Amino acid sequence: MTDAATTLVDQSRTRSSGRWLYAASITLLCAWVIVPLYLLLINTLSAPETVNSFPKSFIPEFDLGSLQFFAGFRGMLEALRNSIVVALLTMVMSVLIGAPAGYALSRFEFRGKELFRMLILLTRAFPLPLLALPLAVLFIRTGLDDTAFGLALVHTTLALPFAVLITFSLFSGIPVELEEAAWTLGCTRLTAFTKVVLPLILPGITASAIFAFVISWNEVFAAAVLTIENRTLTAFLLQTLGEAPMHLKFAGGFILVVPALIFIFAVRKYLFAMWGIANR
Amino acid sequence: MNARLLPYVLILPVTLFLGVFFLYPFVLVAKLAFVGSEGLSLENFRDVISYWKFPISLKNTMLLAAVVVPVQLALALLMATMVNRMEKGRDLVLYIWTIPLGISDLAAGIIWLAIFEQSGFLNSMMTGLGLSDGPVNFLSYQNPGIVFLAIALAEIWRATAIMLVILVAGIGLIPKEYYEAAEVFGASPWQRFRRITLPMLRPSLQTALILRVVLAFEVFAVVAALGGTLFPVLMGEIYAYQFDLQNTNAAAALALIVLAISVVFTLIILRALRVPKGATI
Amino acid sequence: MFSIKSLAATAAILFTTAPLQAEVLFWSTQARPVEEAQAMREQVLSGFEAGVDYQPNEDGPWLTRLQAELQAGSGSIDLLGALHGNFSALDPETLMDLDDLGVASKSETFNNLAKLGTDSLQYIPWMQASYIMAANKEALPYLPEGADIDALTYDQLIAWSKAVHEATGEAKFGFPAGPKGLKHRFFQGYLYPSYTNGVVRTFASDDAVVAWEKFRELWEHTNPASTNFSFMQEQLLSGDAWIVFDHTSRLAQAFNERPDDFVAFPAPSGPTGRGFMPVLAGIAIPKTVTDAEGAKALLAYMLKPETQIATLKATNFFPVVDVDLPDDLPPSVKAAGAAVAKMSAASDANPGLLPAGLGDKGGDFNRVFVDSFERIVLARQDIRQVLDDQKGQLAAIMEETGAPCWAPDAPSEGACPVE
Repeated sequence: MTDAATTLVDQSRTRSSGRWLYAASITLLCAWVIVPLYLLLINTLSAPETVNSFPKSFIPEFDLGSLQFFAGFRGMLEALRNSIVVALLTMVMSVLIGAPAGYALSRFEFRGKELFRMLILLTRAFPLPLLALPLAVLFIRTGLDDTAFGLALVHTTLALPFAVLITFSLFSGIPVELEEAAWTLGCTRLTAFTKVVLPLILPGITASAIFAFVISWNEVFAAAVLTIENRTLTAFLLQTLGEAPMHLKFAGGFILVVPALIFIFAVRKYLFAMWGIANR
Repeated sequence: MNARLLPYVLILPVTLFLGVFFLYPFVLVAKLAFVGSEGLSLENFRDVISYWKFPISLKNTMLLAAVVVPVQLALALLMATMVNRMEKGRDLVLYIWTIPLGISDLAAGIIWLAIFEQSGFLNSMMTGLGLSDGPVNFLSYQNPGIVFLAIALAEIWRATAIMLVILVAGIGLIPKEYYEAAEVFGASPWQRFRRITLPMLRPSLQTALILRVVLAFEVFAVVAALGGTLFPVLMGEIYAYQFDLQNTNAAAALALIVLAISVVFTLIILRALRVPKGATI
Repeated sequence: MFSIKSLAATAAILFTTAPLQAEVLFWSTQARPVEEAQAMREQVLSGFEAGVDYQPNEDGPWLTRLQAELQAGSGSIDLLGALHGNFSALDPETLMDLDDLGVASKSETFNNLAKLGTDSLQYIPWMQASYIMAANKEALPYLPEGADIDALTYDQLIAWSKAVHEATGEAKFGFPAGPKGLKHRFFQGYLYPSYTNGVVRTFASDDAVVAWEKFRELWEHTNPASTNFSFMQEQLLSGDAWIVFDHTSRLAQAFNERPDDFVAFPAPSGPTGRGFMPVLAGIAIPKTVTDAEGAKALLAYMLKPETQIATLKATNFFPVVDVDLPDDLPPSVKAAGAAVAKMSAASDANPGLLPAGLGDKGGDFNRVFVDSFERIVLARQDIRQVLDDQKGQLAAIMEETGAPCWAPDAPSEGACPVE
């Protein structure tokens, strides 16, 4: 970097105004995401009368009544645990099953490839609530019904297209030459993969893992039909949230949002930690 | 291992999995679409297409997708390139931008309704700033444009992160040397974006677009929360057939139509953004 | 990779529990709002010794799960709670005959409905409600001169809403026309009976045209965001609507939160009387029940007077058996109870019945009315043309199901004709 020595006044002026614009747009975009959530928080921390009042205040009054209502709800913790189990299982299964297929799609030409891709996409193009009935019958007959594993299987079906396509696009971004170079240096296909390719696509794997987790976390219909005693938090709370009084609607929505946010926060490092290994 | 067999071995788990948990129930349900009152027929398709709301909900769904997806694509690209240049605070900014990922469409509907409803936050702000005398009724049948805008905004807010994450992961794979070389030759940021980022990002763009478009045709919860009965969409009609009318045959027929639309658009995107095998440098 | 080991460890801990419960599973479409569900569990069902797992669901999952268990031939649902409309869409063969239980409601009409066209009780009437009007007290000064709020006519309601509209500059009549709103019941049970003394026979009559014209007039003074409203208690509380029509339990929260601010009153009357309609929920046992004895015991428990009163407090649905109502009822129950009583006792009362004999065409029947509303009122299409068009759909439904007329339509031999 030698531009410090050659800085012209002009250039530095455009650069600083460019930088200002850059910082401003980043701030603006952050605000765009955060403000609606902040409004949710305000309503969560407001007494029922405030939620229904007008004009609304933009500062929360820290009334914990609505949250306390849920704290006293029997079965919340159990439902939370079920949700986490199902989401983790979904995450692991969708990555383990999906990533190899993503690799195959990016590296090989084979007969039926287009058909296979279509199959994957179609999975997301048909509404699950219509499929729930035959699936539930199948599950009841095979004993998968009302288990975390059974529900995770359905959620994995929903998450697989993401896992396969994301890993496919990332593998496609990694030059074959990189692998070929590893082979000439004595690696087998497998070791070349684990030593060269895998570290490169970890961010992508994390991205698909996040998708899987979040899809499972927020899925309502299959959860409501396929779990009875082992209800997930979403089936337990969210499916009836639309009919709750306003203040509880907001508090319930908030409670559902928080764990997902914590999860994304916890894995965000991995999403970007491997950043730029290719170029440094 | 035999290189000809290897790809099949790799895709076998997914194929088996989707075969049991998607294809099996799908075939059972799809079959119903072709069962009419007197055996096999296209009666259900005729019924759902001739229903007066079908053209409206089809138009609404397409229009919403046509507005929302390009904006999301542009926004996600912008965000991804911006974050790519960042040195400090990249983690935090990216985290904030990916937050909507964790928010279900039902919850997003609740949040945005709280903003747009008559005694909601937007009206509170406008009254507070003296921009309006009293609460304005945004989500009414008299303002279809504003209803559409509100739905589009909420969808953009909720689902841009899906594309962002895919694009960020993809951009991370573009070697920095390319940009450095381009800078040496005096390429402007715009040129660098056009000549390096866009072409190199093609696989990720393709994936992000296809997934987003397919999901856009399935939009429902946010629309129902903000548009009420004013803005019927295809997915809402499918649910109405299935659960209100308990007419699984018609629901399956309409769902197959949506599926066909998704397939057509997927093929178009695949064509437009063809990815060369194992992209070469 | 982020510590897969620790993940696996967490997962292992999380898996090890598989609660074994012998509770009776009560699968219901009623008392869904979180507060009501909580009250059902804590105040109504806690007194049942064997323990109850009360699970309220939206209609979609409720039905899907039930169908799956019926198809698979086994399942875990012991007791079903739902509206008359949910049950009438089921094949009566899939429900146990409940005659030998020795419990029933005090109303013969309800008991007959509960037979679902068979000779024996397919479900037991569980609780009832109705639709009423409610208003913010701030609206009362604008009542038209000489109007009695307990004996309003549709014309007075329109004049009243108009006066409020002119005085405040805002249309403040509120109508649940949202996706989950119960608007179709207003047309079937209130508007049509009040103007045409019928629902099916008179669907496309000249009187019906008048009814829709009146409703269009009222719509001029209706909050234009009504197409988003599904629970009018919300708009009452926020002040977005001052005069509203809705299901008693969908108004309850307003009365319970600010009992002094609102009044409840009977639905208005038209040229052919004061039309109104009940809501009936019932309990049934599916053939695939696992714990039949437990289910029957719980069913009997639900019909006990004490349980019925507790249910009333929890859900704002009224008892179907004889009970002595205590004094400590919540404000919503008192207000709604009084309004329903006045409505039934009115000299011009024209009570309707719930649609019967429609089987799984109940949804299509509702759609005829909702579509008419959307085309006439929202899309402003020609009334006569829309009714003539929709008439065909209605006639097809009646012919296919062969459902005979129900009150206030005059009785028919065979399928109820659309005249």
